[in-house]
Amino acid sequence: MTEVRLYPHPSLRPLGDAAIRIGLGEGIDPSVHRRVRAACLALDRARLPGVLECVPTYEAVTVFYRPTVVGYADLERAIESALAGLREGEVPAGRRFTLPVRYGGPWGPDLESLASSHGMSPEEAIETHRTGLYRVYMIGFAPGFPYLGGLPERLWTPRLDTPRTSVPAGSVGIGGEQTGVYPLETPGGWRIIGRTPVPLYDPDRTPPALLAAGDFVRFLPVGTEEYRDVEDRVRRRAYAVECAPHEET
Amino acid sequence: MTGALEVVRPGPFTTVQDPGRFGYLRYGVPPSGPMDPFALEAGNLLVANPRDAAALEVALGACILRFREEAEVALTGADLEASLEGEPAPRWESFAVHPGQSLAFTRARRGVWAYLAVAGGILVDPVLGSRATYTRARLGGLGGRTLARGDVVPTGTPAAPPSKARARLEGPHPVYARDAEVRVILGPDLDRFTEEAVAVLLSEPYRVDPRSDRMGYRLDGPSLRLRRGADIRTDAVTRGTVQVSSDGRPIVLLADRPATGGYARIATVIAADVWKVAQLPTGGRLSFLSVGIEEAQAEAGRAEARLEALEASLRRGS
Repeated sequence: MTEVRLYPHPSLRPLGDAAIRIGLGEGIDPSVHRRVRAACLALDRARLPGVLECVPTYEAVTVFYRPTVVGYADLERAIESALAGLREGEVPAGRRFTLPVRYGGPWGPDLESLASSHGMSPEEAIETHRTGLYRVYMIGFAPGFPYLGGLPERLWTPRLDTPRTSVPAGSVGIGGEQTGVYPLETPGGWRIIGRTPVPLYDPDRTPPALLAAGDFVRFLPVGTEEYRDVEDRVRRRAYAVECAPHEET
Repeated sequence: MTGALEVVRPGPFTTVQDPGRFGYLRYGVPPSGPMDPFALEAGNLLVANPRDAAALEVALGACILRFREEAEVALTGADLEASLEGEPAPRWESFAVHPGQSLAFTRARRGVWAYLAVAGGILVDPVLGSRATYTRARLGGLGGRTLARGDVVPTGTPAAPPSKARARLEGPHPVYARDAEVRVILGPDLDRFTEEAVAVLLSEPYRVDPRSDRMGYRLDGPSLRLRRGADIRTDAVTRGTVQVSSDGRPIVLLADRPATGGYARIATVIAADVWKVAQLPTGGRLSFLSVGIEEAQAEAGRAEARLEALEASLRRGS
């Protein structure tokens, strides 16, 4: 495990001449994550002149800005004052989404080999995966792609040696100690154990991603019939994904 | 929508681009936009469009477009040996085209990416506030893809009737060379690299590898040694970021960069110089020079001032 650290003061560094990276700590950890969310919220609220957008990641918030509107030194000062007295308690609770998943078969071609590599039956692997409550640390890599933390250690599995050239949209995969869902058909090296019919990315929706940093995800195993039914309702825009507020204890 | 453009021959990678889709990085949606932002915006101004209108970005050549209606257009960016009905077409100034006329881009003489701005703009439906095409997510542009033979590209109504006088960007025009020296701001992951790696980046030339596209250019050259692994905890990247993978090879991220990346970032090319990287052909030579943030931002200010001056001069002339 990596050592987790929270910085006493934000560490600001340029990422080129039109972005500033604000480091807040080290490690993939809920405490660093809460600090990142609090900083992102404070910066959103501050509406600093020249700022285009703020992007939360595991250990930092990166602020993208127009250098022709605000210079680095002025923005650095404005950010430091916006982040003074940061309160993590003000960060709103995340939402908890339940995503139906058809595990195994053509939907999850790597389920059996993954299970047997851990000395489990496919059913045990499904049971272990579904019991996890997964935290959305950030969205990145591709539109709507969630970086999920909280995969039970028994399921940690290295990526495929040779990535697939195409992974269908909705595929649920395991890569190392992470699990995630491919929002789009893309190449991918994670081991695919199932598929959800719920779209994680829809450019006609605002915001375009279903999930946001700070949310939680649960997976619910479903049979073929239910999978098809949800898929059909999604197509008719008659499906609402199960979603509830999630207070952390 | 009034006029329209017909794609007779699409070329290898022709897309609709505007300055980009901002505000959705936290949802994993990158801005995309033009490989050469100055050329796109100057082209728009030359045909009296707003700077942020959509235009066509044409790569390398082998592209033929036929106009169905009268239009005022401007060509900017790379010199792709463009001709209108067989006659050489001017660059960096507006000109009129008539119904049935064809504009052909032949081959890349200098630079890679050319822009065709049409008075009234390209009027595909905006997605998330922008018409820029991001083919990886099939987003924006015409069906989220590169143009294909037989496509009809909708264009808008010009703000003003075509003027007899040509609008022109006075020189010097950007130079699209086979060599470029670009300025970078080092970091933010300098602690990942040996001191020698940073010295090598700033002294040795690199060449653009054929496996390069709108997402980024891979570079051939001396490998950059990492102190520990190349993998960082996934973090933000931007246009111009130079990532180094575990084999020590640098990649310069360009217009279709993802929102985040997992490789160590040794430097980022300054905003005013990214187009110089983008316009290098395969095999083109690239060297890096480290500058401070003040110099970089002064340079960004000069590029912006040039566009503002062009806009002001055209307004006076009309």
